[in-house]
Amino acid sequence: MVLLSVNGARHELDLDPRTSLLDALRERLGLTGTKKGCDHGQCGACTVHVDGRRVLSCLALAVAQQGHEVTTIEGLAAGERLHPMQRAFVECDALQCGFCTPGQIMSAVAMLVEVDDRRRLTDAGIRERMSGNLCRCGAYPNILAAIRRVRP
Amino acid sequence: MRPFAYVDERDVAGAAAAVHAAPGAMFLAGGTTLVDLMRQGVLAPDLLVDVHRLPLGDIELDDRRARIGACVRNAQLAEHPELRARWPVVGEALLSGMSPQLRNMSTVAGNILQRTRCSYYRDGHSPCNKRVPGSGCAAIGGHDRDHAILGAGPRCIAVFPSDLATALAILDAIVYTRRGDGGARRLPFDGFHLAPGDTPERETILDHGELVTHLELPTLAIARCSHYFKVGDRSSYSFALASAAVALDLERGIVRDARIALGGVATRPWRCPDAEQALRGKPAELSSFRAAADVALAGAVAGRHNGFKIDLARHVLVRALTELAARPR
Ligand SMILES: Cc1cc2nc3c(=O)[nH]c(=O)nc-3n(C[C@H](O)[C@H](O)[C@H](O)COP(=O)(O)OP(=O)(O)OC[C@H]3O[C@@H](n4cnc5c(N)ncnc54)[C@H](O)[C@@H]3O)c2cc1C
Ligand code: SF4
Ligand code: FES
Ligand code: FES
Repeated sequence: MVLLSVNGARHELDLDPRTSLLDALRERLGLTGTKKGCDHGQCGACTVHVDGRRVLSCLALAVAQQGHEVTTIEGLAAGERLHPMQRAFVECDALQCGFCTPGQIMSAVAMLVEVDDRRRLTDAGIRERMSGNLCRCGAYPNILAAIRRVRP
Repeated sequence: MRPFAYVDERDVAGAAAAVHAAPGAMFLAGGTTLVDLMRQGVLAPDLLVDVHRLPLGDIELDDRRARIGACVRNAQLAEHPELRARWPVVGEALLSGMSPQLRNMSTVAGNILQRTRCSYYRDGHSPCNKRVPGSGCAAIGGHDRDHAILGAGPRCIAVFPSDLATALAILDAIVYTRRGDGGARRLPFDGFHLAPGDTPERETILDHGELVTHLELPTLAIARCSHYFKVGDRSSYSFALASAAVALDLERGIVRDARIALGGVATRPWRCPDAEQALRGKPAELSSFRAAADVALAGAVAGRHNGFKIDLARHVLVRALTELAARPR
């Protein structure tokens, strides 16, 4: 039995050790907001937070997450109230197909926590820090605009 | 993926003993190499011993050295302020590669033990002496654009891709281990990785069940003036086609001492002692840097598609030295 703590709720799951955190979230817990792009750590679509840090759920084994707190895109909003980053993505039209969007948002939220002084973040700095999240639709200019809107 | 058992170890000796006792067992750290390659069918352990909770997650610094736990995350190492001041090449190397998510997951030990990105190795079915000893090498005479121009052998020409390892190669780093039988070793980083030779499947001198516990960086005056420069297919989030880790000790424009290693072009971390020697006593200027780069690449051998790396590596090294020499100090 594996005890997973996701978005504040605890789940006891009978899991094959081969199960990635991504598959456990999507297929066992029904949390399909987290996307599977490449399954090889290359695209960032599966980005979630573990203990507040952004990681790739496709390369994380679910069994290794016991005792850690996982947050997914479903856990970001407070009820009906969107997280400021979610609101900014909507307002800036920072997506086309939307497949990369949950990963982009999770990555951007954690990125702003990582930097000491957000006001000193340049556009080039944001792009570099977001380079692990690919967007096949090329929505990068509006993704950048959305992140700039949240950065105070 | 082949089925495997999973154990979560909290004790250093216990982790080493657990892998030692089972021929098919492997240590699992961040999983960013291992899980990826297990999914490809390239690695197929039947037992994973998770080491990420071992008490090896701290960076300790004093006047003499830095002692870095094997399970320190690469992000932690890259961001450490005092480490960045005393060994800037380490943070620069780490930030030049992976994505922030990967740096958050992956560990220092996993980094220096990562596998080659050779696509024939990774595809899980091409002839590959590293994956299936004796099966041949599809890269030799094949699509070898990303492969090594230095240190290659007749059985394997795969690049060892770690940026961190390239930086460590100029820092007199030491690897500390705990063996499965309870013993411990202190291994100089120089010599830790093996040339492919007749056994490309053996990449380091570690024995089965030998756990890396720490890396040590001795305090080095020259390391304060060190730098990493890398060129890949993209300017971020890509492996090196060529990179250079360099350190300079300059006095009134003359190179008193130099340290040079190349990445992305060799089968193991590639220190260049002859190029270092060629720089000593020379003025810190373009002509000296070019001469040293010629020495560093003198033994390079081109395959079918990777000949461009010889020139590229030369330019990368000259650029690294030029940028470092121009830095205010
Ligand atoms: C998309 C992508 C891009 C990348 N880009 C770069 C790049 O640009 N530059 C670069 O240098 N690297 C790059 N990497 C590789 C990355 O650096 C490694 O995957 C990572 O550092 C491995 O660390 P880990 O903790 O995840 O190791 P794991 O995958 O857990 O383990 C790797 C190996 O080390 C062994 N191991 C782990 N810990 C120990 C220990 N304490 N003692 C003994 N053995 C141990 C494991 O058994 C395994 O064989 C990239 C990886 C990916 C997926
Ligand atoms: S270069 Fe090495 S890793 Fe690549 S196919 Fe040949 S033997 Fe395998
Ligand atoms: S699905 Fe995890 S990085 Fe692409
Ligand atoms: S919006 Fe389509 S992949 Fe980014």
